[in-house]
Amino acid sequence: MAEVNLRKVVKRYDDVEAVRGIDLDIADKEFIVLVGPSGCGKSTTLRMIAGLEDITDGDIMIGGDVVNDVPPKDRDIAMVFQNYALYPHMTVAENMSFGLRLKRYPKAEIKARIDEAARMLDIVDLIDRKPKQLSGGQRQRVAMGRAIVRNPKVFLFDEPLSNLDAKLRVQMRIEIKKVHQKVRTTTVYVTHDQVEAMTLADRVVVMNKGRIEQIGTPNDLYHNPATRFVAGFIGSPAMNFLPCALEEVAGRLHVRITDRIVFPLPPAKAARYQNTSRNEKLLLGLRPEHVTEANAHGEAGVEPFDAVLDVTEPMGMETLIYFTLEGAQVCGRVSPNAGARDGGPLRLAVDLNNMHLLNEVTGAVI
Amino acid sequence: MSTLAIDKAGPRRKVKLGSMSNDRLWALRWSYFFLTLFAVIALLPPIYMLITSLKSSAEISAATNPWWVFHPTLSNYIELLSSNQFLRFFWNSAIVSVVVVAVTMLISVPAAFALARMKFWGSATLATGVFLTYLIPDSLLFIPLFKMFALVGDLTGVQLIGRWYVLLFIYPTLTVPFCTWIMIGYFASIPKELDEAAIIDGASWFQTLTRIFIPVALPGLIAATIFAFTVSWAQFLYPLVFTTSNDQLVLPVGIITTLIKGDVFNWGQIMTGALLGAAPPLIIYAFLMDYYIAGLTAGATKG
Repeated sequence: MAEVNLRKVVKRYDDVEAVRGIDLDIADKEFIVLVGPSGCGKSTTLRMIAGLEDITDGDIMIGGDVVNDVPPKDRDIAMVFQNYALYPHMTVAENMSFGLRLKRYPKAEIKARIDEAARMLDIVDLIDRKPKQLSGGQRQRVAMGRAIVRNPKVFLFDEPLSNLDAKLRVQMRIEIKKVHQKVRTTTVYVTHDQVEAMTLADRVVVMNKGRIEQIGTPNDLYHNPATRFVAGFIGSPAMNFLPCALEEVAGRLHVRITDRIVFPLPPAKAARYQNTSRNEKLLLGLRPEHVTEANAHGEAGVEPFDAVLDVTEPMGMETLIYFTLEGAQVCGRVSPNAGARDGGPLRLAVDLNNMHLLNEVTGAVI
Repeated sequence: MSTLAIDKAGPRRKVKLGSMSNDRLWALRWSYFFLTLFAVIALLPPIYMLITSLKSSAEISAATNPWWVFHPTLSNYIELLSSNQFLRFFWNSAIVSVVVVAVTMLISVPAAFALARMKFWGSATLATGVFLTYLIPDSLLFIPLFKMFALVGDLTGVQLIGRWYVLLFIYPTLTVPFCTWIMIGYFASIPKELDEAAIIDGASWFQTLTRIFIPVALPGLIAATIFAFTVSWAQFLYPLVFTTSNDQLVLPVGIITTLIKGDVFNWGQIMTGALLGAAPPLIIYAFLMDYYIAGLTAGATKG
């Protein structure tokens, strides 16, 4: 059990800076997910915590001790790899006990730990099999078992579910969450899948181009993104961004999207954007669930408009609609009974109480 | 072939033999033709050896059908196997080959592991360099090697030339580069995460090699072992040059030097000796065949 701290950690490969000075404090027992597109430096960061990559600059601390020059085996960590990395010539039990056997633990204790981990992961029946006799999901369980029996200070997961099919991934996601509830060990989990990040994490770290864009709880990131990158990366389907301008009409602040479409801002938002420059290039950020079919009783801040749909995607519980505004494609979510059809008109409404305004140049959320 | 049978069995469906199946059929016919041809060419000499080894000297020189044994005899085998000299050659060959295989593996496995996994300055160049040394033919190397050992003899007074154990120093110059090269290929095909997992589990480099890499790359190791053994066992030029007295000779050279007396060729015993000499590699092949083939394909696709 330990906290992990990163201080201005830099990783440079020859002329490429993969990680550009990141600071991160991970509390004891916390489940942290590093998420970002490929090449954002998340895996490199994880591997630096593991000790598999040297750090170019900065400090990494595990349990308060600087571990920059400590070899992986002395960092008291366990890691689960994307391709499982099970030892193919060993049985499940031998795979799980390899680390303990190297450290010369007593046989009885090794057996007790394996039994406990196997029970927890529901792999008791597989204990004498070789990895090649296991399915992908079972292999991933064994890989987790190998990490659990070590009882380390920190668990590191490097995209552990990427090799599994969609259904199994959801199942294993829940499994990992359950394991973390039982074995409350500090966990750093790397993924490029924002759904995994949102569902698993206590706090999510969104990374982009070697830097941390934002750190926050899943809800925090979803509702209060700090940058355009975070706003667009978290959430599926992604947030809509529409070029817009702020205007004062009859003493009230409005947001203009097209010549025809101008919405008055609800009071809370008007107050927030009161001091925003009227000449700035702005983007209106709206999540698809805030672009819905208009209903008869208008609510405050929910403004109706007409659109002609390009494409509809019936998902069962809802229908995703796509239409174009000022050259930008917009996605909305309507009820399956709203009468949305490909190429058809539909009266929609935007919920401006949940709008975001972004600076188009800097990408910062205002 | 089975798909063809199924096609013919469907009478109502109009079977159109596509170009694919036609191509496949012809490819099969050609491969059978050439494989049979090569098998015949490769097997004829040993069969001829076997036939000749079962004949007496009189029958060999008689003007009868050379492909048939009219009066089979085991006298050649009995004579050779009861000859201390022949057994001495056999023993020399065996000990040289076994020691060379052991030395080769002890050097080339750790070397390959280091070159494949521990990225250090110049490791890639070094790996290529190791292979290049193998490309220099031994017929070019034996004179400088002879000079080197002669010089060592002059400087230290330790005279290695003429002794069978000089071969223990020379054969590895042939086997180590090639075996290292094969093993680099095998080790490189092992996923990087496997040694990373081992390192995180607390294994040292040496433990990673002995407990993960060697078991996982066992087919490659066996392929390399067979290669090293075959090279050592069948080597002719080096022992011919470096050993002279009869008690120091290895089998291939021994057969030639002792069974050809002047212009008298003792064909029956030469063939018997060659056949007996070919037996140990054959037995090893037979035992390790499955591993060897698995090893060859693994190396071909991943190495």
